[in-house]
Amino acid sequence: MSFLPNIIFAIVLIVGVGFFAKNVKKIIRNIKLGQKVNRTDHSSARWKNMALIAFGQKKMFTRPIPAILHFTLYAAFIITQIELLEIIVDGLFGTHRFFKDSLGGFYTFLISFIEILSLLALIATIAFLSRRNLLKLPRFNKVEMLGWPTKDANLILIMEVVLVACIFTMNGTDEVLYSLGKSHYVGDSASFNFTITQHLGPALFGGMSESALHVLERVGWWGHFLMVIAFLNYLYFSKHLHILLAFPNTYFADLNAKGKFDNLESVTNEVKLMMDPNADPFAAPANPDAVPAKFGASDVQDLNWVQLLNAYTCTECGRCTSSCPANTTGKKLSPRKIMMDTRDRLEEVGKNMDANNGVFVPDNKSLLNDYITPEELWACTSCNACVEECPINISPLSIIMDMRRYLVMEQSAAPMELNAVMTNIENNGAPWQYNQQDRVNWRNEA
Amino acid sequence: MSENLVVPTMAEMMAQGQTPEVLFWVGCSGSFDDRAKKITKAFVKILNKANVPFAVLGTEESCTGDPAKRAGNEFLFQMQAMMNIEVMNAYEVKKIVTACPHCFNTIKNEYPELGGKYEVVHHTEFLKSLLDSGRLTIEGGQFKGKRITFHDPCYLGRANNIYEAPRDLITKLDAELVEMKRSRANGLCCGAGGAQMFKEPEKGDKDINIERTEDALETKPEIIAAGCPFCNTMLTDGIKNKEKEASVQVMDIAELIANAQDL
Repeated sequence: MSFLPNIIFAIVLIVGVGFFAKNVKKIIRNIKLGQKVNRTDHSSARWKNMALIAFGQKKMFTRPIPAILHFTLYAAFIITQIELLEIIVDGLFGTHRFFKDSLGGFYTFLISFIEILSLLALIATIAFLSRRNLLKLPRFNKVEMLGWPTKDANLILIMEVVLVACIFTMNGTDEVLYSLGKSHYVGDSASFNFTITQHLGPALFGGMSESALHVLERVGWWGHFLMVIAFLNYLYFSKHLHILLAFPNTYFADLNAKGKFDNLESVTNEVKLMMDPNADPFAAPANPDAVPAKFGASDVQDLNWVQLLNAYTCTECGRCTSSCPANTTGKKLSPRKIMMDTRDRLEEVGKNMDANNGVFVPDNKSLLNDYITPEELWACTSCNACVEECPINISPLSIIMDMRRYLVMEQSAAPMELNAVMTNIENNGAPWQYNQQDRVNWRNEA
Repeated sequence: MSENLVVPTMAEMMAQGQTPEVLFWVGCSGSFDDRAKKITKAFVKILNKANVPFAVLGTEESCTGDPAKRAGNEFLFQMQAMMNIEVMNAYEVKKIVTACPHCFNTIKNEYPELGGKYEVVHHTEFLKSLLDSGRLTIEGGQFKGKRITFHDPCYLGRANNIYEAPRDLITKLDAELVEMKRSRANGLCCGAGGAQMFKEPEKGDKDINIERTEDALETKPEIIAAGCPFCNTMLTDGIKNKEKEASVQVMDIAELIANAQDL
């Protein structure tokens, strides 16, 4: 009978982690639908990027106030895992404050530190909730944020408030119980001496009956555990995967100068053949069964796997969109929407595969047109502001460019003026209709 | 004035058995656009004054392919690139200077994989190196104390992390360099990049060049300095739109230096 809580705990833990693992496998499978791209070179530069940008949040600090608030949440999140570890040990083995005896004074310091960070995290969370819901920052209220994305963001913040409340309830009630000598932790002093709950506990819960305190203590303890399991499983459905994926995302990010766009290899081969005077136009292709390469991207499978990883990593903060010259002057293009659309379409493709034994059955839809319109794609100035702004090195620009390539090379669907420009470049080596022979006339003009 | 310009082509130099120190890549805008040609000439005057042995490709130069690539036409880009590379490799070009950040970026970053490996510098970097090495000296003269703001071209700044060379040159003119609220890595695009220069903008509530011109005008400048012929056009249009032509000039850094020298 007394093992029942331990058994329930073990089941919740195994099922919770199991479901999460299943969804992680799905994410990995979906990301692998992308085209190959080698991002394993220069590993020391990549580790450095990950350390500075993901772990150290370097790029967040271009806007110091949100950066500090965000860093507080992040630090609280990481440090609280120590308490979670204790909860898991206690939950499985029926102990109470398992680490306290072995850690002694350091335990008091650790839990106090967690309490202080939790309080700061609570303040940060409230600030974030007010920023979204009271101050109504424009970038949180763009058209792509209407509906689910806004609810998603608020839900995550509310979960954080609940989590912190659970921590204080758990420690606060235990503090009162301990001072009464009724805590499950048996000790000989009058207080745990945790910085916040040694005051907060008596203030909130002092005078309550012992049984009520025991119930509340368990509510806080189970609440903490269940929130963590719930949060873990919610990640997959939310925009919040960045807490995990920011690390691989910064590691695999493009290391080249931002101005360098990739040269399509399939095109290089064809152009070389075209320009080679010795090429035999009637020669049989080296590999006659090879599927001719598709130029550019019209759907998620045409993008590379790093672009798909980018899509799962995006947390919809909207810094890209708020710095985008097209978006801020009222055009439809929003780099954040490009990332959200890519993820939504990738999820749709993944669900299609789940329903069809792992094989994608064409659904007459595509990322282009059904999610992202040519109007959005043509509004981009390729200025790299979105790439510069992204705190975790996502590149919406690379997706925009790959989709333009599809529009132009597969569909000849460039805006009319650009067709004229391309004709000019082809015929006379300049975007305008000037003769190449006149290229150096300027040296003779007064 | 034109008789003062010494502008040999690579072919002419080769015929005389000479090799220039640097190839000046003029670019389409610098070759054909009336406003940009003035920038080209200003830069050449400085090169002549500093006795830099340079040459242009002249009729053998062709579009780098930047607007084609950014419009999505990778085929056309690579054809242009390979033709240009063939020409430059035949002349054994080692170093290239250009006043166009788009040409600069493309040749520097996208040509090497296609076989075109050169040292590529933007003209502001080149001018700074001339000053640093003492081959060129300038005095502030007419720009002393003038309020000048610098607009970072995306393909020079964010794309290639070059922010200081143009600013150093403005400071060397004894001018008062004033920064826009969005500058350096946060600089706002002029609206021309990614082949936008050649098409009408998509529907919106404002043109990007107007937004950027407003950023610049907020600094109450006498001169808006640019380092890109396309930014120059966009900002000049913005100034006309705001009817400020009488009080605010848009000038390339090369023009500032050339004017300071009364060239």
